Parts: sequence; C-alpha cells; structure tokens
Amino acid sequence: MLTIDKLTKRFGDKTAVDAANILVEKPSMIGIIGRSGAGKSTLLRMVNCLSDASEGTITFEGEEITGLRGAARRNWQSRCAMIFQQFNLVPRMDVVSNVLHGTLNKRSTFATMFNLYPQSDIHRAIEILDRLGIAEQAPKRAEALSGGQQQRVAIARALMQDPKIILADEPIASLDPMNAQVVMQALRRIHEEDGRMVIANLHTLDTARRYCDRVIGMRDGRIVFDGTPEQLTTGVARDIYGAGADFSEAATSTEIETLDRAEVREVKAYA
Amino acid sequence: MADISLSGAPQNVDGIQASYMAQVQRRRLYGGLTLLIFVVLMVSGFNVADDRNAGGFWDGLHQIGDYPADVLSEAWEKRADLPALIAKYFPALVETINIAAVSTLIGAIGGLFLSLLGTRGLAKWPRLIPLFRRISDIMRAVPEIVIALVLIFVLGGGPVPAMIAIAIHTAGALAKMFSEVSENTDLKAVEGLASTGATWSQRMLLGVLPQVAPNYVSYTLLRFEINIRASAILGFVGAGGLGYELRNSMAWGPGRFDEAAAIFILLFGTIVFFDQVSSRYRNRLTEGQGQ
Repeated sequence: MLTIDKLTKRFGDKTAVDAANILVEKPSMIGIIGRSGAGKSTLLRMVNCLSDASEGTITFEGEEITGLRGAARRNWQSRCAMIFQQFNLVPRMDVVSNVLHGTLNKRSTFATMFNLYPQSDIHRAIEILDRLGIAEQAPKRAEALSGGQQQRVAIARALMQDPKIILADEPIASLDPMNAQVVMQALRRIHEEDGRMVIANLHTLDTARRYCDRVIGMRDGRIVFDGTPEQLTTGVARDIYGAGADFSEAATSTEIETLDRAEVREVKAYA
Repeated sequence: MADISLSGAPQNVDGIQASYMAQVQRRRLYGGLTLLIFVVLMVSGFNVADDRNAGGFWDGLHQIGDYPADVLSEAWEKRADLPALIAKYFPALVETINIAAVSTLIGAIGGLFLSLLGTRGLAKWPRLIPLFRRISDIMRAVPEIVIALVLIFVLGGGPVPAMIAIAIHTAGALAKMFSEVSENTDLKAVEGLASTGATWSQRMLLGVLPQVAPNYVSYTLLRFEINIRASAILGFVGAGGLGYELRNSMAWGPGRFDEAAAIFILLFGTIVFFDQVSSRYRNRLTEGQGQ
C-alpha cells in the first residue's frame, strides 16, 4: 500500500532522515518513536509533501508521491491528512469552519472567500464533530476551546478530508494525560472503524505500545527498530533512545494507571 | 456567538446543524450586503471622479501609450547618442544619490532619538513621550515636497533644501518604525544595566541597540530606497539632481526626448540596483543571522 524507499532528507550538511525504508501492506496503526531530533517529524512532513525529499521515493498504491507538483501534489495532500502537535487550527474562526477547511482542496478561492460551503458538507462536519463528542462546541471560536478539544477539531478536519492516511505529528505532546487518552482513543477508533491508516509520532513508549499495531524506532535519522509492540523490549527501547541502564519506561509515562505500578513508586522513592 | 448556542442549548445533532446553518445564512447575507455596498461605492466613486476630471477617463484611455511611444521612438532614432547622454547626466545622478544618502543618515539619527524618547519603558522622560510622538507625527505628516517648496523659497534652489526636507520626513517615518521595534524589546538587559548604575544613554547604547540594530538597519535601508525616488522627484521643484534635468528635457518636448530617455534609464537602473542590494542586505539582517 505505502512504500517508502531509501527516503533521505538533508538540511545543509546535516542528515535529518537517512535512507528510511518502510513497507506498509495493509491499513494499520503505526507509531514512530525516538528522541527529539531523530527525524520523526521530518519523515511525516515528507509523506505529506510539506517538505521535499532530498533522495528516495514514497509510493502510495502504485503512485509516486515524491515527484508530485502543483495541483497533483495538493490533491495528494487532501488524501493524506495531517495532525500537528500545536493543532494548527485557525484560532479566530469557528469550529465548524475549521473542520470545513478539510474540503478546501475541492473548493475554489472564490467560494472560500464568500464562505459558500454546501449544506451537505456543513452537516457532515457537524456529524464528524458529534462522532468525536464535541458537537456542542460547533459555533465557538477554535481559540476558545481547551487543548484536547482543539486537537479533536484537528482530527475532525482530517476526517473531513476523507483521507486514506492520517499522519499525526506528536498529537498528544501538549495535552494532559486525560485529553491525551481521549485523542489517542479517537485515532484508534478511526483506524478500527474506518479502516484508515494512521501513522503517529509519539513521544512516550507506553502510548505506542498500547495503541499501535506496529512500532518504528528512529535514532539519528535512521530506522533502528521495526516490529510489533511485543518485540519492543526495554533493551531495544534503551537502544532507540540511546539511554543508559537507569532508563525506565514508567518514569516517562503519561498514563494515569502507571502511577499504581510498583516500579514507579520506586522511581519516586529515589527522587 | 457562543451565547446564542448556549441559550438555545441544542443537544442533538439535528438541532446543532439547524442552528449553525441559520448562523451561516445570516453571515452570508451580511457578506453579500458588504460586497454590494463595496461595489456601489466603487462605481459611484469612480463616476464622480470621472465627471470632475478635465479630460474624461474613457476618452483619454486610448492615448495612454502615446507619450511613452513618442519618447521611445525618438530615443531609438538617436540611440547612438544615448551612451554620451548617460555619461553627461551621471553627475546629476550622483547628486541625487548624495541627497538621498545624507538625508537618510541624518533622518535615521533623528529617528533613533525620537523613537527612544517616545517609547514606553525606554524613554528618558516618560512624561514627555506624547510630545516626542506628536513631533514625529508632524514630521512625517508633512510631505517632503511641501517642506522642500518652503525651503526653496527661503534658501533658494539647490540640493540643500531637498536634503533637509527629506531628512525631516525620514526622521518622522523612521521614528515610527523604530519605536514599533523597540516596543517589543526585552527590557531585562536594560534593567540589569540600570542596576549597575548606568546612565540612560549607556543603557540605550548597550541594552537596547544590540537587540534592535538588525531591524533598524533594515528599515533604514528600505528608507534609503524610498529617498532615492523622493530626491529624484524633488528635482522637479528645483532641488537639483536628476529630477531637475528630467523636468527640463520633458518640458521642452519633442527634440529632447532622447535626453529624457537617457535620464529614465539612469533613474530606473539606479533604483533597481539599490533595490536589489538593499533587499539582499535586509534579508541577511533579518533572517540569515546564522553564520
């Protein structure tokens, strides 16, 4: 389905992503983990064509993505939705308008200028918001919402695009544990119910373990691990993060339940 | 808007959809009305202006290319003379650039003091902030050409009145731009210097200027570009330089259009040149600081 072949991105003499190979056969939920600066975001941005690859190719269902330009490129972007860490909504516009931005690729600038979205689209936008449990917020301005609600609006915008792939760049990194759970469950539900492929950069190991079918580990631009969550042992995780023996998964956890586990209490006792 | 949705409290999706659609309809109505008013104002405003016009816009429209065509055809006939004419008018160009450079320098220094004295948090005499702001308002509100005409009347024609006129306008305009930059400066360094017993000018020199220098220089370069154009135009009212020569050759009509063409080439080339140079430096100053 999605083939990433020797994908490389250089910024000057720095290599952000170094010959990454990923093959995805069927829609699945994939988590990418690694230290900040490991090239996770750059990888996702290249898949969405927000930035160009230096070398290598991305192929989706037989179509090469990396060479696309102009309208074809924007069309691909409309089929491959992206969710950002800082939500990247238009803060001063209402929630439904933000969701309707998911259809911009099909609309002319003129229609956008005069807010001429078809009624069916408006109804669908509100249904999507309802599915994510925030339909009551529909007429409010996006900036008036809490972080978790804003991220769900961003997911609604992504769903409005009716994409084959949803890319999520650190979707929960600026959320508290409760909201993080709601957002991750929403992404998981979208994957299971709609059969869409979800690729998420995650900054905590246990999130990747809990929600993903497949975990990819990156270090210094290279893919150093690619397997199921079960294969991701503590030793492998230490390799990915380049951490010493004092590294404990629970210490970085954002799950509330972790607090009850014995190992965390030990960590706390040290502190 | 939030109030409407809360008071209505539509809990089911249908209700939310209906109330949002009503909101959209209302917004579209307002948008359509605004557009209508805009179009009506545009058309009526244009018609009023056209009625008052001596010639009439539509009657004159087809003649718009006549003058440039005359100049170009005559210049093409005498193209052999052009290099010599360009050489002849080069000193006038130097004079024009000179006026622009001196007035930009003086204006930037004046603007620097006006802006520091007129910015909240930095001013030496906080009570006088409104005074310095009004001074810079007035300096930039009066067009250069008005100041120049008055000064030419008093001092006689030549580059000095033009220089003073442009410098006054530049000081006012740059004071405004500079103070917008310095309003956003981080005051921690200034406070740190104040805690060591530094004077106001020491605090400004060491605490503020290093922070704002790239933006200040960038605005000054932009102003230099504008001033080259301004000093060429002031030549038209007798302030010397390239504009003065251009007015003469244009006013005397056919027969000297080759000179007008030569001056146009010089002026255009100079403006493009300084545009390019200064925009390159401005980009380097504002963005590419990572050397």
